[in-house]
Amino acid sequence: MSRLDGGLIDRSRTLSFTFDGRRYVGHPGDTLASALLANGVRLMGRSFKYHRPRGVLTAGSEEPSALVELRSGARREPNTKATVTELYDGLDAMSQNRWPSLKFDALGVNDFVSPLFAAGFYYKTFMWPKAFWEKLYEPAIRRAAGLGRLSMEPDPDSYDKGFLHCDLLVIGAGAAGLVAALTAARTGKRVILADEDFRLGGRLLSESHTLGDAPATDWLAGREAELSSLPNLRIMRRTTVFGAYDHGIYGAVERVGDHAPDASNGVRQTLWRITARRTIMATGATERHIPFANNDRPGIMLAGALRAYANRWAACPAGRVAIFTNNDDGHRTASDLAAKGVEIAGVIDTRADAQPLGDYPVFPGAVVTGSKGRLGLNSVEITQEGRTQTLTCGALGVSGGWNPNLQLASHHRGRPVWSEEKLAFLPGEGGPRGLVPAGAANGEGSTGGALSSGARAAQAVLADLGVDAAMPELPEAEDTPIKQSAFWYVPGTARAWVDFQNDVTVKDIALAHQENMRPVEHLKRWTTLGMATDQGKTSNVTALAIMAELTGRSIPETGTTIFRPPYTPVSLGVLGGGDTGAEFRPLRLTPTHEWAKARGAPFTEVGPWMRAQYFPRPGETHWRDSVDREVLATRAGVGICDVTTLGKVDVQGADALEFVNRLYCNGFKTLKVGMVRYGLMLREDGIAMDDGTCARLAEDHLVVTTTTSQAGPVYRHMEFARQCLWPDLDVQLISTTDAWAQLSVAGPHARRLLERVVDGVDISNDACPFMSCRELTVCGGLRARLFRISFSGELAYELAVPARYGGALMDRLVTLGEDLGATPYGTEALSVLRIEKGHAAGNELNGQTTAQMLGMGRMVSNKKDSIGAVLSRREGLCADRRTLVGLQAMDAGAKVTAGAHLLSDGAEERTEMDEGWISSACHSPHLGVGIGLGFLEDGARRMGEVITAANPLEGQSTRLRVVSPHFIDPDGGRVRD
Amino acid sequence: MLIPHPLLGPRDAQEFTYLGDAKLLDRPDGMAPGAAEAFFEYLYLRDNRAGVHEELWFHEQGDRAILLVTRDTTTHEILGAVLARDAVLSRTGDGT
Repeated sequence: MSRLDGGLIDRSRTLSFTFDGRRYVGHPGDTLASALLANGVRLMGRSFKYHRPRGVLTAGSEEPSALVELRSGARREPNTKATVTELYDGLDAMSQNRWPSLKFDALGVNDFVSPLFAAGFYYKTFMWPKAFWEKLYEPAIRRAAGLGRLSMEPDPDSYDKGFLHCDLLVIGAGAAGLVAALTAARTGKRVILADEDFRLGGRLLSESHTLGDAPATDWLAGREAELSSLPNLRIMRRTTVFGAYDHGIYGAVERVGDHAPDASNGVRQTLWRITARRTIMATGATERHIPFANNDRPGIMLAGALRAYANRWAACPAGRVAIFTNNDDGHRTASDLAAKGVEIAGVIDTRADAQPLGDYPVFPGAVVTGSKGRLGLNSVEITQEGRTQTLTCGALGVSGGWNPNLQLASHHRGRPVWSEEKLAFLPGEGGPRGLVPAGAANGEGSTGGALSSGARAAQAVLADLGVDAAMPELPEAEDTPIKQSAFWYVPGTARAWVDFQNDVTVKDIALAHQENMRPVEHLKRWTTLGMATDQGKTSNVTALAIMAELTGRSIPETGTTIFRPPYTPVSLGVLGGGDTGAEFRPLRLTPTHEWAKARGAPFTEVGPWMRAQYFPRPGETHWRDSVDREVLATRAGVGICDVTTLGKVDVQGADALEFVNRLYCNGFKTLKVGMVRYGLMLREDGIAMDDGTCARLAEDHLVVTTTTSQAGPVYRHMEFARQCLWPDLDVQLISTTDAWAQLSVAGPHARRLLERVVDGVDISNDACPFMSCRELTVCGGLRARLFRISFSGELAYELAVPARYGGALMDRLVTLGEDLGATPYGTEALSVLRIEKGHAAGNELNGQTTAQMLGMGRMVSNKKDSIGAVLSRREGLCADRRTLVGLQAMDAGAKVTAGAHLLSDGAEERTEMDEGWISSACHSPHLGVGIGLGFLEDGARRMGEVITAANPLEGQSTRLRVVSPHFIDPDGGRVRD
Repeated sequence: MLIPHPLLGPRDAQEFTYLGDAKLLDRPDGMAPGAAEAFFEYLYLRDNRAGVHEELWFHEQGDRAILLVTRDTTTHEILGAVLARDAVLSRTGDGT
């Protein structure tokens, strides 16, 4: 069949595309489906379960059958609806769920053993033995039943997201939506008009009526011109509003680049979050089909779709066409097709009083009872007053009435209401607030009805917003009431499909009824009806009506189903909105990042930060070479490490000290100005939360530090305490983590090095003892803070300067300290140094440990109320016998692994024998063996004992000696030196 | 969801971190007799209300205020939002 006359396609340009490797041509304005039909292609896919040959059923986003794989390579996208795929030059589509080819599909054998796949079959048959389900049955069933294939490669496209706000969101740009948008936008209110199609007009584009005296397209052109000229109105084509969310927020996907020939340029799709004060849902209606025997052959489609292809796309699947209808609308298709020169084999009308709309044969009181044609329709069998006859035709349009597209109105559990007059569910109460249906979506499907319904809806909504909107002038339009009969399906013995996408037939519904799966929710799950990606747009109501007939109850008594977002499938890529890989979250770089990069340091992620791991020197071939050197250089001379990432919270106010005293479990009341104290914070449930230091810079000024990973949560915890627990305290907080660069200067020469940068300040041991702090200037006037604290067990300081000077300070210290052996060190050496000293860190403060386990049980003051103190005294927490110990490998070469479990020496490796675990481990260059920190049952009393660390994942078992966690300088002489 | 911030007007819920039931405002006195029982209740026992619920939202990506929000859990309608700090102070009589 070649092209018909007319249509909204641009015949001056030709687009070339392929389907299953074969080249075809179409025109701008075509969809993949319309172009295939115009090229005489009816067969477009295979069905989900039975691998039945399928064509196109609809002309819109409700399509259940014509699903294809679009594009190739990493851009391959399965289950794309050919009916809404805008044609572009070079489009490459493949059919899916078939092997080896669409015309010969080996798994078509499923169709001959179809009783095996009846409703509930999987549930009942593959029950035994249980273990077979996962390994055997399910993979086999999944291979046989399926849709398209994923590319299995990362998505190379870019996505974006954005926010929009408006007074009125109009969803759907058909007759009702256009008039509503126009009525509202003329008042100056901010309006967004969104439509999933690439062209405004909705159903008007597919009809042959006139508006006023002119074709509908002329009226549309005029409205579109005015809408485009209004600055307060935003038209969003190719935009699907897929969900209604709380407080007037709508999710929408705009397909920005899907139709563009080169999708590698720019953004493919944008996720919009639209906040609207009011919404008009002018989403139109979807036609129902009427199940009859073998009603799924390529060429059998909805009558309205057949009309749309002819009128809008100048395409028809066959030269001779029949119509099966229970209403007047089917006759419109016949009359429009006849006007386009298509031969009408006849209109089979279920109503005995059916009248033709034109010059074509009508079979009143007749039904279609069968069809023929293996890969495409050849003929239909019709039955009239008990007599059957065959009608030759290449296409059959089926019309069973129209269902309003009320999905969005049911997103907040709004219950659709059955209208016996319109034989359809209409939007009911309880849906999203501020959403008003209009036009066919509200059951007002005539063009005239839709136009005035849109205008009235806009007026009502604006009145609600306190604005008086003038009624627009509306053109004369078709307004004939559609007469239809409640005819739902043709009874018979052969399979009659209800849900094409999930291959559910009338028989399956009857079986569900027989097995008492009668409530709609049971029916759906038992048969999988309506549970495919089309959410049953063309099947749910029909299935409900069939179940109603079987149970002898009315449709509203039988129930209804509501819908959930998304209206049509949304790709995960656009939901991510580009927040993937490196863009997943912001990256934080330390002040010494560039300096470290220039020195060839590899970086590691620590929370959101990138930190230098170590600083390799020429000749070092293994990371341990560098780390061991950095550790030893620090212990022998002086090492410098960027510790900016540790959280810093400035606490100021008259009650600052009282505030931190209530936060930390240990006492702070006696902290003097100029001194620093170690503090342990508990969660309110008594578990250890975080540790750090608190420095008192002035009477009313404290600086609290946190671990890197807990900086955010601790700050949140402090704000909660300040605002919610003790708002009466005079205290203010601000995070200064990013404001100050902080460098740790550690090692026996630390003081000598710092003396070279401080501006005339005495930092001798007397003037600046261990755990003291002070404000000063360095490098000739740069303001700084000096904290004499140690994480390494060496004489150590932390020097803070404004963040932008961090890199320069690092460079200055390393240069000035050359003769002292000043060595920059990274996170690896930092970790080794603290494990050797036995300091707890994130691995020990993992949200499962208590002060008691950390060996700090006695720090929890019982003289005051602090967060977590009360519940830390619960028996289960304070009596925990697993305590922090040091562990040292017996053999020099043995590996100590964090995560390994501790067992008594010689004990069998079973869970019941478990006595603890290793939390941190490293090679100690100081001791020359592997060491670790861990929590061991009754650890404090097992010093010297030899135990086993089991790592069954890697088949390791290591013998370790239990020692003090302070591998170096247990008396703390060095830090005080 | 939109949360009506008493200082900043309607703000998207994405800017906030949910902190939980507003019962958290009523922290018991840790030094009082029966504190262990009181803290157990404070921390673990919650009414799971279908209907009007008071809860705390932290404007973490905003001005860092913690709001006491009244929300209907069945409809997500927000019936009001005040600064948690003000709510606590007015209860204890220290408010202005």
